[in-house]
Amino acid sequence: MTSPSSAWLLVLAVLLPFVGMAFGLLFGGRHIQRVALTTLALGLGVIGAIALNMLGNAQGMEYLLGGFAPPLGIALRADGLSLVMLLVVAVVITLVSLYARADFPAANSGQETRAALIFWLMLLAIWGSLNLVFLSGDLFTLYVALELLTFAGVPLVALDGRGATLRAALRYLLFALLGSLLYLLGAVLLYGAYGTLDMRMLAAVVRAEPLTWAALALMTVGLLAKTALFPLHIWLPPAHAGAPAAASALLSALVVKGSWFLVLRLWLDVMPQVVTLSAAQLLAALGAAAIIVGNLVALRQQRLKLLIAYSTVAQLGYLFLMFPLIFGLALAGQDSSSALSGGMVQTVSHALAKAAMFLAAGLIYLTLGHDRIGDLRGVAQALPMTVLAFALAGASLIGLPPSGGFTAKWLLLSAALDSAQWWWALVMLLGGLMTSVYVFIIVVRSLTPAEAGWTPQKNVPQYQQIAVLCLALASFLLGLLTLLPPELALDWVQIGREPLLLLRGQTP
Amino acid sequence: MNTATLFGLCASLLIGLGLYGLLIHPHPLRKILALNVIGSGIFLLFGAIAYRGAAAGLGLSVGADPVPQALLITGIVVAFAASALAVALLLRLFEVSGNVSLQAEESADQASDPGSDPVNNPGAGEERR
Repeated sequence: MTSPSSAWLLVLAVLLPFVGMAFGLLFGGRHIQRVALTTLALGLGVIGAIALNMLGNAQGMEYLLGGFAPPLGIALRADGLSLVMLLVVAVVITLVSLYARADFPAANSGQETRAALIFWLMLLAIWGSLNLVFLSGDLFTLYVALELLTFAGVPLVALDGRGATLRAALRYLLFALLGSLLYLLGAVLLYGAYGTLDMRMLAAVVRAEPLTWAALALMTVGLLAKTALFPLHIWLPPAHAGAPAAASALLSALVVKGSWFLVLRLWLDVMPQVVTLSAAQLLAALGAAAIIVGNLVALRQQRLKLLIAYSTVAQLGYLFLMFPLIFGLALAGQDSSSALSGGMVQTVSHALAKAAMFLAAGLIYLTLGHDRIGDLRGVAQALPMTVLAFALAGASLIGLPPSGGFTAKWLLLSAALDSAQWWWALVMLLGGLMTSVYVFIIVVRSLTPAEAGWTPQKNVPQYQQIAVLCLALASFLLGLLTLLPPELALDWVQIGREPLLLLRGQTP
Repeated sequence: MNTATLFGLCASLLIGLGLYGLLIHPHPLRKILALNVIGSGIFLLFGAIAYRGAAAGLGLSVGADPVPQALLITGIVVAFAASALAVALLLRLFEVSGNVSLQAEESADQASDPGSDPVNNPGAGEERR
């Protein structure tokens, strides 16, 4: 299981962004961009080395901080799920940074420098805390990681300092704080009952009893508030739509995935014996409601960024449909890995597509001077690459082949049918249909020619358009992974993981 | 009733009070305070658990379990940072908009909506987006 020779890479993946932050503070706004990009390049190397190591040995990695073994010490662990998340976060952050070079330049003085300084510092903070969320093997460290993630996300929301965005940021902070307190309460209860916070040790001793149920319920609800699953989503649209485009992309594509990942860890790795199929059904029912409500409200939006934010609410619903599918398959004694892979592909493709959409919306805003959906004429003339990127990202959200969204939905649909839960399949198809309506409306409107003599408000640099297109293409072509042999792609998720055990003392 | 149970009950009371305050009071400062009350309840509960000694796992018979105490310190620091951030946002919100209501969102959005009046009210922040 352990690979001690190179396990220190895990520490580096967490520490490096924070070291970068310290240097960024030291050198100030003039050099922050250079510091951030250097840190990013080094961090990419570390993540790449972790990936090569894990894929080469086909096993997980574990590092004990200070050499102390749990329960006294703290372990960092990487398995297939962590690896997938580490990789997608690194890719999205890199491309968003390339895009943000123009939006947050290293200016000489004044307000702009401060916004740029905060943006780049928080970008690094988000990266470091997400890496900690994916690698930590300890419930309390995860609490700290979640709080760091919130503290990094909130300033990004309020970056432009208007009243509306400050209000959105404050609301987001209040929701997130309540969420992490509920999570902490659950962790404290678990410590009181079992005397450890290490996930692997906890998984070995945890019993299905009222206290465990209460702790799991508290932690799950807290995490759902941070993930913005329906009906706890009301903070998300104003927060994500009000932030600058690059910040929205980070928040919508990555930050909400941190707490979602923790729900996945808790349910699958810590408490598979405690969770019941009906609890998983409830989680997925909230997901289904998110898909329907989020898409319906998205259809009614007048502003492009708000529409994309509500689309995030809907897409987050898909991430919770995998739970009853995984447990349903495991209960029926079948291989549940296809449902897990489907959920992970959905996460990756949504992260890439949503980042592309928000960045595209940012470019459209710059070009037109507004983002009213009713008046998108001429965008395709000024920004052909961006509109193509928006369409490709939209196709991935809808689930058209060969996009990542198609592969994800195909895996989840077949898992739904295999585990005899056809109703989730209906929700997925309906959600895809509703998504296609608003994607087509936007693409068709932006293809309308502009009036004669119309000129864009601002010409956007070519490389910003290329960064957006890269994100959208990555999401669109993700589905081609299925053409590779499974051990080269889809089986990554299972590295260092044991197949889900049958639930004890439960009948299907 | 032993001491640990008494502290545990006090902790649940604090958490309950905090949750009630968070849901009932519309004023953001009260909400921040309510969150702090919940946090205090959780820390008290953790302290009671440390006092009782971990029920399972470590098997300490006398004194208090040191692990929760160490975690408590971290938790208090995090909670302090969270409150500071929330109050800073609140103060800034008051400076910018003259009120601290979380409900004024709709009117504020319309005021800064470039769609309603694109010429006269572009808004400095909107330009930078």
